[in-house]
Amino acid sequence: MKMLHSFVPSLAVMLMAASGGAGAQGVLIDRSEIRFVAKQTGGGVEGRFRRWKANVDFRPKDPAKSRAAFEIELASIDLASEETESEVRRPAWFDTAKFPVAKFESTTVRGLGGDRYEIDGRLSIKGVTRDISVPVALKTDAGGNSVAEGQFTVKRLDFRIGEGMWADTDAVANEVVIRIRMVLPPVQ
Amino acid sequence: MGDYSGDMATHSTESTAELRDRARAAAPVYTRTAIALHWIAALLIVCNLALGVTMISLALSPFTLRLYAWHKWIGITVFLTAAARLAWRWAHPAPPAVAMSAWRRRVAAGTHAALYVLMLAIPLSGWVYSSSTGVSVVYLGLVPLPDLVGKDKALAGVLKAVHAALNFTLLALVCVHVGAALRHHAADRNGVLPRMLPFLRPD
Repeated sequence: MKMLHSFVPSLAVMLMAASGGAGAQGVLIDRSEIRFVAKQTGGGVEGRFRRWKANVDFRPKDPAKSRAAFEIELASIDLASEETESEVRRPAWFDTAKFPVAKFESTTVRGLGGDRYEIDGRLSIKGVTRDISVPVALKTDAGGNSVAEGQFTVKRLDFRIGEGMWADTDAVANEVVIRIRMVLPPVQ
Repeated sequence: MGDYSGDMATHSTESTAELRDRARAAAPVYTRTAIALHWIAALLIVCNLALGVTMISLALSPFTLRLYAWHKWIGITVFLTAAARLAWRWAHPAPPAVAMSAWRRRVAAGTHAALYVLMLAIPLSGWVYSSSTGVSVVYLGLVPLPDLVGKDKALAGVLKAVHAALNFTLLALVCVHVGAALRHHAADRNGVLPRMLPFLRPD
């Protein structure tokens, strides 16, 4: 993966990296999250990924020069139970033995006015790559960190997630809402 | 509603003892509504116990996910039925107890109270367990129920055990309940069972 320009890491990030953090570049990974909500027989099912890496260079004043890249370890999924977690690692779902990592790389970042931005990029899961667009809202928390929150919807069947009998979208809906929350330390 | 075949309500000038004697003579049954709710609950509980044991033993599949959904819907229905029965019972008290020893009356009252508590507590424990696994419940696929707690794996492990333990307790109490009803009917011949199964009455 291409190393992207990143924020000068704060002491906290260096400590986290030293203590075996996920090797984030500039993202406060313990305070950030990649969550999702799927639908199973009509009811929402929450989950998240425990392990992922990020390279984010977010420049609110110069969005065009901003970059974001993610690598998500799919086997680190946190779902309702160990039974469902091991189910979705199987070939019919993520096939984590063959495709352990999902990747996102931004292609364009645009300011939409105010604190709103749109990140276009390419999402690759299970050997399938699709263009996606992620709207993001930027806030500043009490500690001066930038907090970027965004949500977008993917269709799991576009990525062959849930094949064979699991293509049944009444049992598990095609649309999966992905919610990201990235906490970035202040630029020094 | 005047559902009692004994028609007690029209004899309000009589003493309680006289009322009880008349009631016993007429062997009053539960109201038709109480009987219907009792047997609906009984059927749903037996089906849902079987469904619960079946679904957790099956490999995950779209069909298994549907079984889980049906199990939750039936459970919520049991809760609603139990709540309706308590409300009905408050407005239409159960027919007076038949003659039996004090300890048997206490055991019967305790068992009945525990059954009501479990019919309310078990669906709630299942609902909160589902919430703790991050799975929302949509009753009958139509009515979204709020998540009672956030997703929490450690809590989910505890709630799963609680849900199972309450169900084993229910199963044991149902056996006591059915066994007592059969004993009343077959050994004591005291007319307890026909109060809930009016077609068993000799007349």
